[in-house]
Amino acid sequence: MSTAAAVILWVGATFYALFGGADFGGGFWDLIAGNAEKGERPRGTIQRSLTPVWEANHVWLIFILVVLWTAFPQAFSAIFSTLYVPLTLAVLGIVLRGSGFAFRSSVEGLQARRAAGAVFALSSVITPFFMGAVVGAIAVGNVPAHGNGDAFSTWLAPAPLFIGVMFVATSAYLAAVFLVGDARRGGDHEMERYFERRALAAGVVAGIFAVVGLIALHSEGPYVYDRLIHEGLPLIIISALCGIGMLLVLLLGGRLLLRPLAAGAVIAVIWGWFVAQFPYLLPTSLTISHGAAPDPTLVAIFIVFAIACIVVLPALAILLVLAQSDMLEHEH
Amino acid sequence: MAFPGAIPLAASATTNLFAAREQMAFTLAFHIVLACIGVALPATILVANWIGLKRDDRDAIELAQRWSKAMAVTFAVGAVTGTVLSFEFGLLWPRFMERYGAAFGIAFGIEGLFFFLEAIFLGIFIYGWMRLPGWVHWWTGVPMFITGIGGAASVVSANSWMNQPQGFALDAAGKVTEVEPFKVLFNPAVPYEVPHMILAAYMVVGFLVASIYAVGMLKGRRDRLHRLGLLIPLTIALIATPIQLLVGDTAAREVAHHQPAKFAAMECVQDTGSHQTEYIGGICTADGVKVAIPIPWLDSMLVGFSPDTKVTGLNSIPNDERPPVNTFIHLAFDLMVGIGTAFLALGIWLLWSWYKRRDIPQTPWFLKAVSVSGVAAILALWSGWIVTEVGRQPWIVYHYMKVSEAVTDANGIWGIFIFTLLLYAALGTIAVLVLRRMSRRWREGGEGAAEEQPSPYGPLGPEVSPAVPFAGMVGKRNSQSEDAER
Ligand code: HDD
Ligand code: HEM
Ligand code: HEM
Repeated sequence: MSTAAAVILWVGATFYALFGGADFGGGFWDLIAGNAEKGERPRGTIQRSLTPVWEANHVWLIFILVVLWTAFPQAFSAIFSTLYVPLTLAVLGIVLRGSGFAFRSSVEGLQARRAAGAVFALSSVITPFFMGAVVGAIAVGNVPAHGNGDAFSTWLAPAPLFIGVMFVATSAYLAAVFLVGDARRGGDHEMERYFERRALAAGVVAGIFAVVGLIALHSEGPYVYDRLIHEGLPLIIISALCGIGMLLVLLLGGRLLLRPLAAGAVIAVIWGWFVAQFPYLLPTSLTISHGAAPDPTLVAIFIVFAIACIVVLPALAILLVLAQSDMLEHEH
Repeated sequence: MAFPGAIPLAASATTNLFAAREQMAFTLAFHIVLACIGVALPATILVANWIGLKRDDRDAIELAQRWSKAMAVTFAVGAVTGTVLSFEFGLLWPRFMERYGAAFGIAFGIEGLFFFLEAIFLGIFIYGWMRLPGWVHWWTGVPMFITGIGGAASVVSANSWMNQPQGFALDAAGKVTEVEPFKVLFNPAVPYEVPHMILAAYMVVGFLVASIYAVGMLKGRRDRLHRLGLLIPLTIALIATPIQLLVGDTAAREVAHHQPAKFAAMECVQDTGSHQTEYIGGICTADGVKVAIPIPWLDSMLVGFSPDTKVTGLNSIPNDERPPVNTFIHLAFDLMVGIGTAFLALGIWLLWSWYKRRDIPQTPWFLKAVSVSGVAAILALWSGWIVTEVGRQPWIVYHYMKVSEAVTDANGIWGIFIFTLLLYAALGTIAVLVLRRMSRRWREGGEGAAEEQPSPYGPLGPEVSPAVPFAGMVGKRNSQSEDAER
């Protein structure tokens, strides 16, 4: 039962990584799109594809938090009382990002737009970095089951930091892949190629940091490392194959498989992490079953989750379909 | 080790406690205003949109469009400040979540469901004005109305549970071992807290939007758009007002029975007994209320409909279980009740004038009253929450866990609090500036300024009534006036 609750948690993490991650990545490309003139078209493409969906994508984070504190209250408390520094910085990034984005499309004047845009873009990089550091610190087993771990040494270590960078690169890579499709739909071939090149670069960087992170994990988080290269091996291979496949597709020019392959690579890593941690929630101090809430609470979560699947997913699909078929104005 | 950049302070639970409470209160007070907008603005927009579609009224459509654009901004700020609150549960109150997350977290799961749907349909509604057909578009807004109410009901149910906890069992170590989700969700404080909050949201939004148009009218912009913009939300808020007062009255009685310490603080009751005096205003001291207007026996009458009703006084409550700052709680309560009563008077004034002349009262005092009503409604909202939350002190979960047991040991809470104050001040300022710029742009007739175009009723002078929003209230007269216009 508790394992099922953990699976729900990871499903939420998967959706957040894919959709929220792509949103953050959009901010990354916005940040490095150059001066106002050069960056105008890529920024426009990014703005159009993010505006109607980012709020819904953001809710996955809330979903993760709520499931965590309800189903695994002890883990929630331990994580927050230990990793409060990166978590505070991540939530700061979220505040700045959401408001920067919302204000950018409503303020007037180049200066003000630029300031709001810069805040949005910069915080889009900060947030995934610190979230990655939090995930990294959990994975290497630096969070004690009873919380109050050291405020700095728990995450200021190579593996968490590399994983933070990997998060940034991965979200950039996802965003670029999504934007290739959006640009093509808009008939903008120049932007299509623009984001293709960037998808390629970000994919390579993300891959490198995945490997570097793995090496760091070897010394810092032996439990997770061990399981990752044994039980988790098939998923790692799938992820690598997806990544390589995507690079080939980009170089050779087939477009249809681009998004599934990009998503596949990320999904495989997330579930590889799940397998590698199993049966721990906080390796190696708190197991999933030990940290879980009483059964009726878990049942309540299952019911909420089932309703979410029945009601929210179709609604989300409508939103995405409407957005993808340009029924929703980005600005009017 | 201090948080980087923070004022170095000893990591002691007592200094943390104060900073954490202030931080929580401040961020909640900020969020709740935006939350009200998210709860009640969709319905207000839908009413205007419905009028617009039904009567082919461009002014009403224009209002609905403007409000929905404003909502895009407030929803974004609401979403990020709500996220901050979720993080704060862990950052500030890890011990509380550790012990009770399994019980009261469920309500937030349901809240998440509602807000998810709200965010989705908001995306469709706000950005669908141009391409979706009119009524299809209207219907995509209806889920927002439902999810706003559902979301508010579930979060407030979590808060109600903190006031009247039930539906769980603890083992010897204080760990929650059994949970009955239905009992948690439908705890005894839900029947009064939830409707009171939802009505408050409708009042805040109604008065706030109306006050913006009242200010415009005072500045001489007395076109039809402004009159509609005043009357639609004002009608909604004034309908909510009398119901709100009844619910609040019930709430007070429930609090008197179930949280006597809170009630004693609200009313400054010192000694337990019957025939209690009701004090309006004043300063609470250990030996009675100073500089207040006393009304003999009324307090007992309000609690039990008879002067013989016994009311618990603070002296019967153990010293370490009494709420702090009684004067503050008492005045907050009086302010809420006072503002609610003033709103009732405002409603009667409008109804009377409408009955007499089918128009809003002609004196500028009416518009002046409406133009402060938005801020007043927010003050009442905050006062109510102060009564609820500060009145519950020192408990975080009433009779089960004290706030001091719940707080984090983390460093640097003060630094973060000061930083939050500055950040939110900037956030609030920019949000207001952005909204004002928007409204100026609309006024200057940038995009689709409907007031420039002939409306279906023809351009109306300030003397002619807008005829629409009171249709439900004074139906017959209204259709006459409408005929007259045509
Ligand atoms: C527009 C806002 C507004 C207005 C006009 C009123 N209230 Fe209120 N009140 C609230 C907004 C509010 C609130 C902010 O929404 C609270 C905080 C918690 C809650 O459930 O509602 C609240 C709480 C609250 C509580 C505490 C409930 C608790 O501790 O659980 C009481 C006893 C009252 N109210 C009573 C009244 C009375 C007797 C009113 C008028 C005659 C009144 N309220 C008008
Ligand atoms: C459903 C919504 C709410 C929940 C779950 C909630 C929860 C909490 C929690 C956990 C605390 C800290 C512990 C404590 O001091 O008891 C707190 C304190 C506080 N909250 Fe709320 N709150 C809610 C709504 C609000 C709102 C909207 C306000 C607006 C003003 C508010 C005002 C305060 C204040 C003033 C305190 C500090 C009390 C004190 O330290 O004396 N609360 N609340
Ligand atoms: C401690 C208490 C609270 C917490 C932890 C909390 C949490 C959140 C979160 C996480 C969001 C973002 C959801 C999204 O991205 O769409 C949010 C938004 C929202 N919250 Fe809260 N909330 C609290 C109190 C309240 C209260 C008391 C209400 C109303 C009665 C409320 C109403 C809303 C609404 C309507 C939104 C949607 C955003 C908007 O319309 O502006 N919240 N809240």
